[in-house]
Amino acid sequence: MVLNEQDRELIAAIQGGLLLVAEPYAAIAAQLGLTETQVIARLQLLQETGLIKRMGVVVKHRALGYRANAMVVWDIPDAEVERIGALLADETCVTLCYQRPRRLPAWPYNLFCMIHGRERDSVLRRLEQIIEFHGLEKIPHTVLFSGRSFKQRGAHYVDKARLPAVVRRSHG
Amino acid sequence: MTEKETAAAMLAILDTPATLTALEKCLLNEYQCDFPLCASPFALIAEQQGVTEEAVIGTLQSLQQRGLISRVGPVFAPQRAGASTLAALSVPDAALAQVANLVSCFEEVNHNYEREHLYNLWFVVTAADEEQVRQVLDRIEQQTGLPVLNLPLEKSFYIDLGFPLWC
Repeated sequence: MVLNEQDRELIAAIQGGLLLVAEPYAAIAAQLGLTETQVIARLQLLQETGLIKRMGVVVKHRALGYRANAMVVWDIPDAEVERIGALLADETCVTLCYQRPRRLPAWPYNLFCMIHGRERDSVLRRLEQIIEFHGLEKIPHTVLFSGRSFKQRGAHYVDKARLPAVVRRSHG
Repeated sequence: MTEKETAAAMLAILDTPATLTALEKCLLNEYQCDFPLCASPFALIAEQQGVTEEAVIGTLQSLQQRGLISRVGPVFAPQRAGASTLAALSVPDAALAQVANLVSCFEEVNHNYEREHLYNLWFVVTAADEEQVRQVLDRIEQQTGLPVLNLPLEKSFYIDLGFPLWC
């Protein structure tokens, strides 16, 4: 889809979150000189096209006690990535599952997934269950637990003028 | 219980959101996606949960003030609005905090965190296009003198329905 100037303004207005007031979309509409109906319809469209992948409560999982965060990286034969990626993505406690390029020799891993939990032991137990259940014992993997967080915020597009004019369709 | 287990159990109690009310847990867990797109979304949620609109708004404000939610709003898809990449550096331990600060200073860096690995600093760069992402990585290489491991997304297998709490 092609983003118009109104979309850019809408994204800039909403990227920090809705106002917690009775009519939050009307508040955005008033700010942008649109009607509430226009704002809602455009947000609907931005979700349908996938630019907005979800709308809702964005939790701070660390603050909620989910401090053990393991990035599990796998070196999967190319022909198997699709199948195994889909299996891992379906696991309840897996929160991301992405294919990324290998960078040999430094980095042999091509699939990344994230498993969160309250402590390390439960995350590692969960990983063992996943490996056993899907028969992944022979796939090399390594676990990178997170340490200090130096910076964390939602992606800001810094200024709305820098947003792209055309939004690409998602892969596959 | 060993001393260590006792300590772990104490921590678990502190960490467990046992102090969260039923409404708080419900709002945290059940409204991470498909947030209502209607004139009065909080009133609709209130109706679904059998509470007042004021209770829903007040609870969300309280969760935000206590730092348990960052916002109620959109999560943008990576690489759809602009370009982004996941990158990593292998930093000598003694220099980690200093290099991390340098990386965090870039406006285009939105996540930046330590991981336990030879590649111990991981960060996400988001910018308007791939050229700007490349420029940021180049500047980080120049300023740190360290080669950047650049791992852009090739394919996502995951459909984001939010963060699974109490799973």
